[in-house]
Amino acid sequence: MTLFEPLTSMLQSGEAHFEPFLPGLILLLPLLGFVLNGFLALRSAAGSSRALREGGEWDPFKTEPRPATHTLPSLIGPGVMLGAFVLALINFFGAMGADLHDPVIRSYWSWIATDTLQIDAAIQLDPLSLVMMLVITGVGLLIHVFSVGYMRDDPGYPRYFAYLNLFVFFMLALVMGANYPVMFVGWEGVGLCSYLLIGFWFSDREKSDAGKKAFIVNRIGDFGFLLAMFYLFTAFGTLDFQPIMEGAPDQLTYGSGLVTTIALLFLLGAAGKSAQIPLYVWLPDAMAGPTPVSALIHAATMVTAGVYLVARSSVLFALSPVAQATVAGVGVVTALFAATIALKQYDIKKVLAYSTVSQLGYMFLGVGVGAYAAGVFHLVTHAFFKALLFLGSGAVIHSMHHALHHTHKDWDAQDMRNMGGLRRFMPITWATMWIATLAIAGVWPFAGFFSKDEIIWAAGAWAGAESNPYGGLYTVYWVLALTAALLTAFYMTRMMVMTFHGQNRTGESEAEHLHEAPRVMTVPLMILAVLSVFGGWINVPEDLSASFFGLFGALPMSEWLHHWLEPVIHSAAEIQTEHMGEISHHAPFGGGEVMWAAVSTVLALAVVLVSSRALGGRSVKVAVEDGEPTAGLGRILYNKWYVDELYDRIIVQPVLGLSRWCWRFVDSVLIDGTVNFVANFTRLTGWLSSLFQTGQVNLYAFVLALGALLVLGAAVF
Amino acid sequence: MLTEALFVSTLLFVIGSFGFVIRRNAIIMFLCIELQLNAVNLAFVAISRFVGIEGQLYVFFVMTVAAAEAAVGLAIIISIFRHYETVNVDNFNLLKW
Amino acid sequence: MTEILFMVFAAVAIGGAIGVVAGRSPIASLLFMVATLASVSGIYVLFEAHFLAAIQVIVYAGAIMVLFLFVIMLLNLGHDYQRDVKTGLWAILAFAVTGLTAGILGRGFLRAGDISFYDRFGAAAAIDQAIAEQGAVGVIAEPLFTDYVVAFELTGLLLLVAIVAAVVLAKPRSAEA
Repeated sequence: MTLFEPLTSMLQSGEAHFEPFLPGLILLLPLLGFVLNGFLALRSAAGSSRALREGGEWDPFKTEPRPATHTLPSLIGPGVMLGAFVLALINFFGAMGADLHDPVIRSYWSWIATDTLQIDAAIQLDPLSLVMMLVITGVGLLIHVFSVGYMRDDPGYPRYFAYLNLFVFFMLALVMGANYPVMFVGWEGVGLCSYLLIGFWFSDREKSDAGKKAFIVNRIGDFGFLLAMFYLFTAFGTLDFQPIMEGAPDQLTYGSGLVTTIALLFLLGAAGKSAQIPLYVWLPDAMAGPTPVSALIHAATMVTAGVYLVARSSVLFALSPVAQATVAGVGVVTALFAATIALKQYDIKKVLAYSTVSQLGYMFLGVGVGAYAAGVFHLVTHAFFKALLFLGSGAVIHSMHHALHHTHKDWDAQDMRNMGGLRRFMPITWATMWIATLAIAGVWPFAGFFSKDEIIWAAGAWAGAESNPYGGLYTVYWVLALTAALLTAFYMTRMMVMTFHGQNRTGESEAEHLHEAPRVMTVPLMILAVLSVFGGWINVPEDLSASFFGLFGALPMSEWLHHWLEPVIHSAAEIQTEHMGEISHHAPFGGGEVMWAAVSTVLALAVVLVSSRALGGRSVKVAVEDGEPTAGLGRILYNKWYVDELYDRIIVQPVLGLSRWCWRFVDSVLIDGTVNFVANFTRLTGWLSSLFQTGQVNLYAFVLALGALLVLGAAVF
Repeated sequence: MLTEALFVSTLLFVIGSFGFVIRRNAIIMFLCIELQLNAVNLAFVAISRFVGIEGQLYVFFVMTVAAAEAAVGLAIIISIFRHYETVNVDNFNLLKW
Repeated sequence: MTEILFMVFAAVAIGGAIGVVAGRSPIASLLFMVATLASVSGIYVLFEAHFLAAIQVIVYAGAIMVLFLFVIMLLNLGHDYQRDVKTGLWAILAFAVTGLTAGILGRGFLRAGDISFYDRFGAAAAIDQAIAEQGAVGVIAEPLFTDYVVAFELTGLLLLVAIVAAVVLAKPRSAEA
């Protein structure tokens, strides 16, 4: 009875005090799923190695019904997610009815206790972490369900769900941690799971290399995170969020070198995890993993950890205008840069990957211009429509793969040039993905319109803030963000047209096997489509709510997310207002929010319509006939501005050279040489002394006498 | 007289050592060891005269050990002789590299 | 008188020692050894160690040397004499090393031989008085059975072990035959 008391009291009264309901269980359920699925994966692995030892082929699907190791995960994986989601919902609604001005902190045990450093294994429930928990468990649940259909025929099925559950556990630890070290554990844990899942098909060299790349590039960012924590510790003597955020305005000088350093180091960490320039290169390669993984980890949750980190540390960033300008600059440049690359990619997942990088750039722009709520808002809506896009592309790839597999055609199942006209075969996927495309393009009334428009508007308004020292810079950011938004509309339309419209290019006999995805995959798509339509209504900007865009005030939740996050970001907002003054109410070149919202949505819609007409009429050659673009901007964009090659030249090769030198000289010559010398010297000495071992007693006696003489001599003289 | 006795002891000891190094006959080498033990005994006795009766006790113990050693050593020589039909130590060189 | 006796004993002892080393046959060496042992026992007497002098003759010259003699005769070593003295460079080296040892030791004893150094213990007079009171055997026996009783018992054990070892080693391998 006591277990449910907080729940019942909470639902009944809804009074001011928030009592969390089993918050630890939200974390533990995915962990439990990991343990159970991991056990099944080990059982399955034992079976496979036994089969290989006996020289046979291992096929878990040979027998009907399927072995338990390949059926139980279908229940366990989504099951624990459902439990976690329900718990998160209960807590969320509990918190909604209560005054959550101070975060609720649950400390479970003392993790690190030294003289000066006290770190508890503690979780924190506040508006920000509750929103993140809802996104992670909710979108995560849908993706788990989708995975049941997508990964059904993979031999590594239980291992897949074990990793996926473990990922959710670490991701929840990341957002629920009440201090930086706990967050860092989650931070590293999701990195680990990302590595494991990118290299899920590790027997393919290219895919395991992609996993390594993600891990190593992330390591650079983690280095920044760690250094930032050390600085924070020297400045505050604690690493808990609450005292730092409360004490920072008093203890740190506005714009001082220390706070700028901390914020920039955190930005480095965030750039690594959230794939921002210059550390974005791992994310496109991360598409080597299974597509639901790309949806969950590399679109909806893990890559947004950097945005979460900046929003969580909002006070620190607000105290450093330089760091803010850097965050926003990195974000907007990444947004534009990734968008240009996405223009000329043919792999459907690569387009989405660069689109993700670009949208993450928008979020960084948002949190960089002090619009933390807008950044988090875009994070949430992006989680909906980008997860939908990835899952939809997963359905497409699934279908393409089946079709090509049937006739043993060795075409690339992910190359859009091999698709075309799929609308006929996959109507549900087509419709849902168009909704997501309109959402990401920023067309009213879809979710992306509200969040992206708010970010762009915030950049413009921030540029015009009364005493913003970098006003001109932010104006540039604003222009760049608008440009990137148009590019977004274009490349997404291009992707949709190439995939779903025009003539089918897969081939006659293959086309017969193209089919709509099973129900278990389409239902999550439809749910996400609904969210992509209505998700933006939770935070209609104030200025828009009374206009046409807010249905003249009919949308009920005007600025809801903004108010909800108020307790987390209000001190950052106060600092900003104090030093920057009130933000502007018109864009850099005039015009209010309503006008610019109208301009951007009309432009986006126009781009979608015009480009779909223009591209729809164009004939596309299939991949094997087309080859690579050979000249002009297209070639540069196709080759991703040659950034990978550049990094290879200036970083990877020197490091490899150094490593090779370390290997050939330091290891082979110096270390091995020393070891071998010691061994050889010992052997030589041993051989020399063995010459004295003649077996002649007289000689031994003589040496004994000589030794005695020497000792005597040493004693006397 | 002490100095002279120690000189005698020294001479006996080094003659024993010398003999042990240059002779090959196991029996004679054994006798040389006895010679060395006697040299040490002599030194003990000479010094004990001026320091205390304990020196004589040590001599007593040394003699006991010498007796035990002679018994075991001679048994070994007999045993070896059964194998090799000789007591020349040059023939016993199995214990080498 | 004492000095003359000491010189005689010392001369015989050293001569016997040289005879042991230079003896052509084991029997000759053994007999020289007996001479040495006897004269050393004479020197013991001169140092008022009467009990030790007695057992030197009885145990050493008597029992142990007889044991040697017995082995020599048992193995019939006297007849298959073969030249077993190492000569040449080996002998020179051995002589140099042992000679140097003698030199160093002698030099050290020359300095330490200053009797006044030892006389401050006043041991000589005490020993003389103890011998007068307890007799030559009692002087040894008293500490042997009080302060050194453990060591004394252990020597008994050692002798037992030696006897067993000697029997085991010298026994013909009847099981093999």
